[in-house]
Amino acid sequence: MTLPATTSQTVGPFFRIGLQWLYCDNLVPESIAGERVVVRGQVLDGDGIGVPDAVIEVWQANSFGKYAHPADKQEKPLEPAFRGYGRIPTDDQGTFRFTTIKPGPVPGLDGKEQAPHLLISIFMRGLLKRLTTRMYFPNDARNAADPILNLVAPQRRPTLMAKHAADSLEWNVVLQGTDETVFFDMGL
Amino acid sequence: MQHFLLFCVCVYGCPCLPYYQAIPLTRQYALHTFGGSERPVMNPIAGYLPVRPGTQPNLLHAPYVSSVKRSPTQALVQVPYTLSEVTGPSFGSQLLPPAAYDLTRQHKGEPLGERIIVSGRVIDENGRAVSNTLVEIWQANAAGRYLHEIDQHDAPLDPNFTGCGQAITDSEGRYRFVTIRPGEYPWRNHHNAWRPAHIHFSLFGPAFATRLVTQMYFPGDPLLPFDPIFNCTADEEARRHLISVFDWETTLPAQALGYRFDIVLRGRDATPMEG
Repeated sequence: MTLPATTSQTVGPFFRIGLQWLYCDNLVPESIAGERVVVRGQVLDGDGIGVPDAVIEVWQANSFGKYAHPADKQEKPLEPAFRGYGRIPTDDQGTFRFTTIKPGPVPGLDGKEQAPHLLISIFMRGLLKRLTTRMYFPNDARNAADPILNLVAPQRRPTLMAKHAADSLEWNVVLQGTDETVFFDMGL
Repeated sequence: MQHFLLFCVCVYGCPCLPYYQAIPLTRQYALHTFGGSERPVMNPIAGYLPVRPGTQPNLLHAPYVSSVKRSPTQALVQVPYTLSEVTGPSFGSQLLPPAAYDLTRQHKGEPLGERIIVSGRVIDENGRAVSNTLVEIWQANAAGRYLHEIDQHDAPLDPNFTGCGQAITDSEGRYRFVTIRPGEYPWRNHHNAWRPAHIHFSLFGPAFATRLVTQMYFPGDPLLPFDPIFNCTADEEARRHLISVFDWETTLPAQALGYRFDIVLRGRDATPMEG
């Protein structure tokens, strides 16, 4: 007999008070290896209006494809200065921007690799529980065989794929509508 | 004993039952994407226990008006757990600002209001302590006002109260905060809407999959039956667990009343599918 997990509740409109101390739009100290990328995007509600009171969290492996976590037993370099975590709020227009490195591939299912990806949590007023999704990198040949992307209907896969913009990658979070982002069932 | 076990299965759906039997038809599409097989893809990584029906909110909860334009309309896509989801960030206590656990000692003077002690244990669904994990809280002051530019409630700010705290759980999953009992406050969700007194909690646990944000309420609050956020979850027992318990054990004589709030994070499924 197990205990049920505590019920999720919204972060509400005033989460900045409690969460801003960990805000960080640059996940990578200079010493960390890997290709720097700037990710820019906007969180859009069902009316296509930017969500000014959202916060996104990033979880990722380093450029060698190693997570800073004891459950990652791979023999790959661990960089103690890289936590692999970022917390970024949206601004008045619902836009966000952060700098990180493109992670290396990590193990997937049945010994197959996953394409490089960021795990994303999204919190905001109006969400009673977080949304979780993934951001993949454009023009990466490994995307075609990614075991998670392949579980998503082909016509919806582009919502998980960042696009090349002038000096950055662009990736939006669309909460409703025809281009609605694919969100994953993470239990909570 | 056998009857007891059967009861468990019926009510909660044990791990031995295939998860897809317990989920509503509207979510079946995602499962058919598993190569058309009846079971999810064979997964060598132990996942997390399935959510017990009714114990978590739906994303769309119309009485909570803000959820209407902000909740996805398409079914969430169900995917197996990989190394990415069973790992997650960790934070050491050296990261915490001074007086992180004591919200009454972050300024020159003492904040107004009733001093309280909020403490509890963080455990997982299997009853194991979640040690060394970050707990973050934020709240309104005693007058029901947040130190936030968009809070225009006509109640005073308190120069001695920010309303934010952090703690790292100890080896037995315990945390403890000293704070002020927050006030109730009005909001614009519906006519004469008031939020019951509450403290926001944010927790990580050991993995991306265990992240939780919730709210703690106070026993006997007359606003609870009317609050669409507290009532977003169907299961009455699950709602009750959001209400802290007055606690003599942590009450300090002539100092502060104690409230206990235990938090359960998701637990690993002990029976991973065969690889």
